Amino acid sequence: MSALLDIRNLSVALKGGPRLLRSVSLAVAAGEVRGLVGESGAGKSMIGKALLGILPRSVEVVDGQILLDGDDLLRLPPAERRRRIGQRAALIPQDPLTALNPAHRVGPQITDRLVDILRWPRARAEARALDLLAEVHIPDPGRVMKSYPHELSGGMRQRVLIASAFAAEPALIVADEPTTALDVTVQKQILRLIAEMQARHHTALLFVTHDLGVVSKVCQNLSVLYAGKVVEDTTVRDFFRAPGHPYSAALLAATPKYTDPDGSLTPVPEAVIAAVRAEVEAAETEWQHGRR
Amino acid sequence: MLDGRGAIRRRAGARLWLSGGWLLLLVTVALFAPLVAPQDPLAQDLMSGRLPPFWSAQAEPGFWLGTDSLGRDVLSRVIWGARVALTVACIAGPLTALIGGALGLIAGFYRGWADRIISRLVDIWMAFPPVLFSILLIAVLGTGLTSIILAIVVIDWTRFARVVRAEAMNQGAMDYVAAAQVAGFSRLRTMTAEILPNVLPTLVALLSLEMGISVIVEAILSFVNLSLSTDAPTWGGMIAEGRTSIHQAWWVLAFPLVALFLTVLSFSQFGEGLKDRFDPVLR
Amino acid sequence: MDDARPLIEVENLRLSLPDLAGKPLIGPAPKLEILKGLSFAIPRGAVLGIVGGSGSGKSTLGRALIRLLEPSGGAIRFDGQDITHLPEADLRPLRRRMQMIFQDPLSSLNPRRRVGGIIAGPLRLHGFDAIDRRVDAALDHVGLPRSFRGRYPHELSGGQRQRVGIARAIALRPDFILADEIVSGLDVSSQAQVLNLLEGLVADLGLTLAFISHDLSVIRRLCRNVLVLHRGEIAEHAPTAQVFAAPRAAYTRELLDAIPLPDPDQPWA
Repeated sequence: MSALLDIRNLSVALKGGPRLLRSVSLAVAAGEVRGLVGESGAGKSMIGKALLGILPRSVEVVDGQILLDGDDLLRLPPAERRRRIGQRAALIPQDPLTALNPAHRVGPQITDRLVDILRWPRARAEARALDLLAEVHIPDPGRVMKSYPHELSGGMRQRVLIASAFAAEPALIVADEPTTALDVTVQKQILRLIAEMQARHHTALLFVTHDLGVVSKVCQNLSVLYAGKVVEDTTVRDFFRAPGHPYSAALLAATPKYTDPDGSLTPVPEAVIAAVRAEVEAAETEWQHGRR
Repeated sequence: MLDGRGAIRRRAGARLWLSGGWLLLLVTVALFAPLVAPQDPLAQDLMSGRLPPFWSAQAEPGFWLGTDSLGRDVLSRVIWGARVALTVACIAGPLTALIGGALGLIAGFYRGWADRIISRLVDIWMAFPPVLFSILLIAVLGTGLTSIILAIVVIDWTRFARVVRAEAMNQGAMDYVAAAQVAGFSRLRTMTAEILPNVLPTLVALLSLEMGISVIVEAILSFVNLSLSTDAPTWGGMIAEGRTSIHQAWWVLAFPLVALFLTVLSFSQFGEGLKDRFDPVLR
Repeated sequence: MDDARPLIEVENLRLSLPDLAGKPLIGPAPKLEILKGLSFAIPRGAVLGIVGGSGSGKSTLGRALIRLLEPSGGAIRFDGQDITHLPEADLRPLRRRMQMIFQDPLSSLNPRRRVGGIIAGPLRLHGFDAIDRRVDAALDHVGLPRSFRGRYPHELSGGQRQRVGIARAIALRPDFILADEIVSGLDVSSQAQVLNLLEGLVADLGLTLAFISHDLSVIRRLCRNVLVLHRGEIAEHAPTAQVFAAPRAAYTRELLDAIPLPDPDQPWA
C-alpha cells in the first residue's frame, strides 16, 4: 500500500545555518492519525510547515522529498504546488485567537478559500460552511457565520477552525498543537470533536503535540523527535507499553500522572540527554560526509 | 543561531561606521569652522560670482565647490551652515526627547488622571498644523537660533509623548513590573529602573530621527527666511538662494542639499546602528 | 509569633474588576465579580494547591493573596495582620515576606537586566548585607551555575529562566510564596526538574506555598491540600488524596475526567 504522505530524508535548515530537521522520514496512510511528539525546539511543527509550504523566510528545505499522492511537492512548480496543497491538505492551527482575522466575519473566512482557490460557486461554499459548522456542534451556524471572531469563545473559535480545515474535504490535515491554548475541559471536547470528524471524513491527521496524554487518546502511530531527528517511530500501543528508545522512555517517565501520586515524576536523566545528543551528532557528521 | 546573530552585528557595524563617520566629520568641521573654512563665508566678490566647482575648467583655486551669485565660497558656507544645523539638532533633539519622553513615560506608566491630562494635551496640540504653528511662534518670539530650537521642542514633544506612552503601557503590562511590585519597589523606582531601560531603545531611535527632523525644520525655516539673519550661512538659506540660479549655477543648490540629505540620513542610521550594536535584546 | 495560627487567613473574600468588554460609550465600565466570597486558611508550612479552569478566578485569587490586587470585600490576614486594604506604602515592608513566582518567566524577568541584578535588586532594597554571597547562594539553591549572574534572561532556556524566578523569590527568605502556573509553559523534562526543585526548597526552607495550576496531575505531586475553584467560588477544599480518590464536587470530577492520562487503555469517553 502506498502512503498518502511519504516524507523521505527531509532536511530543513536555517539559511546558511544548522539543520533544524535532520533527514526526517515518516509516512502517513489514508485515514491514519500520526502523532508528532517532542519537546520545544525538536522541530515537530517544522515538519507540518514544510509540508504545507509555510516555512518561515529564514528557513529552507535543503534535502529530501515530500511525496503527497506519490508526487514530490518540492519538485512541483510553485503555482501547481500551492493548488495541490490547497486541495489535498489543511491546517488546524495552535492559537484560535490569532488564526482568525479579527477584521472579517467568520463566514467569509471559511468560504473565501473554497471560492477563490477551488473555484466553487459562492452558494455552494456557503451551504458547505453551514453544514460543517453544524457538524462541529456549533449552535445556530447561520448566526455564527455573520459573527466576528471576538464575539466567540476560544473553544468556539477552535470549532470554527476545525470546520474550516475540513471544508475542502482534504485527504490530510496537520493539527499543530490545536488544544494547547485551551482549558482542560474544553480540550477534551475539542479532541473528541477532531477524532469524530477525522473518523467520519476518513481524513489522515498529522497531530503535532508535546502532550503524551493527548497522543495516547487521539493517535494510532507516533514519531518521537529530538533535535530535529526522529528517534522513534512506532504504534501508540507499543510506545506506551514499552518505549523503544531510552529518550522516549524518559519522556514518558517525566510526564505527570495523577493516578500514581508518588515518585512518578523523574526528570529526563542527564545521561539519556547526553546519549540522544551524541546519537544526533553522529548522524549529523555522517550526513555532512555524505554531502561532500 | 549564533551565526545569524553575529551577521546582524557585523552589518550594524558598517552602518554605524558610515553614519558615525559623516557625523564626526561634520562635528569637526563645524567646531573648527574658522580654521577649516578656506574663505570667509560672508565675503562677497561680485567679480568672481558663480564660479563652478574644482573639476571644471573655469574653476579658481581656493573655491573648491564654487561660489554663489554674490561670489561667496560655497564650501565655506556649507561648513559654517553645519554649525547652525548641528547646534539645532544637538539642542532641540535631546530637549524634545527629554520633555516628550518624560511626559509619555509618566502617562503610560501611572495611567489614571496623569494620563488623561497628558493625552488630552497631546490630542489638542496635534490638532494645530505644525508649519503654521512654528511660523506663528517665530513671529511672536522673533527670529534667531533660540526661537528655532524652542519652536521645534514645542511642536515635536508630542511625537515622543505618544510613542513612549504606548511603549510604557506595553512594558507596564509585563510581569516583571508586577515582580518589582512584589519585591516592594516604589512606583517611581519601578518606572525609572525597570520601565525606562526597556523604553530607551525606542527613545534613542526616535531621538535620532528627531535630530534629523530638526535639521530639516531649521532648513525649512531658513528657506522661508524665518531662521537667522538673511546673509548668515545656513543650509536652508543657501538652498533658497540656489533655487533662483539653478540653471546657471546648480552647485549653489546641490552641495547644501547633499549635506542636508547625508546628515539627516546619518542621524537616523546612527540611531538604528547604536540600537543594534548595544541593545542586549535583539528583536 | 503564634505558630498555631495559620499564616494566611481569607474570610469571605470578594473581588470585582471592571468589565471592559461591557463598557458603555459614556460612563464607567460595569463591575464583574471574579471572586464571590471565598473563605479558607493556609497553615504555616503547608502547600496548598489552587486548581480551576480558565475564568475560575484562580490567578485573581493568587494576586489578591499577595495584594497585587485590592479585594472589594471580605478580609485577608497575613500572619495575623489585616492586609485587605493596606496601602502600597504600608505593604512594602511586608513584601519581603510574601513572594511570587510567575507563569511566564520571560515576561517576569526584565529583559535588559542581567540575572545577578535581577536577584540582587530586591535584596538591596530590603537592606540585606553580603548581597553577593546571597545571590550566589540563591543560584546554588536552584541549581544554576554562579556564572549565570552575567547572563541576560533571553540567553537562558525556559527551565533556566524559571529557576531564576525561583531564586529571586527565595533569596529574600520569604515566609510565603505564590507560584502561579509556573510549569505550564515548560517542557515535561524541565517541568519535572522545576517541580522537584520546588518540593525540595519548600521542605528545606520551611516555606508556605500556594501553588496555582490548571493541571491536577502536577497538583497531586506537590500539594497536601487542594482548593478547587469554579467560577469564583470554592467547589471543593479537601486533602489531596481525598480529592483524587473520591471527588465530592461535580466540577472536580469533570476536571479529573478531562485530563488525558498518558495511557491508551484509560477510558476517556
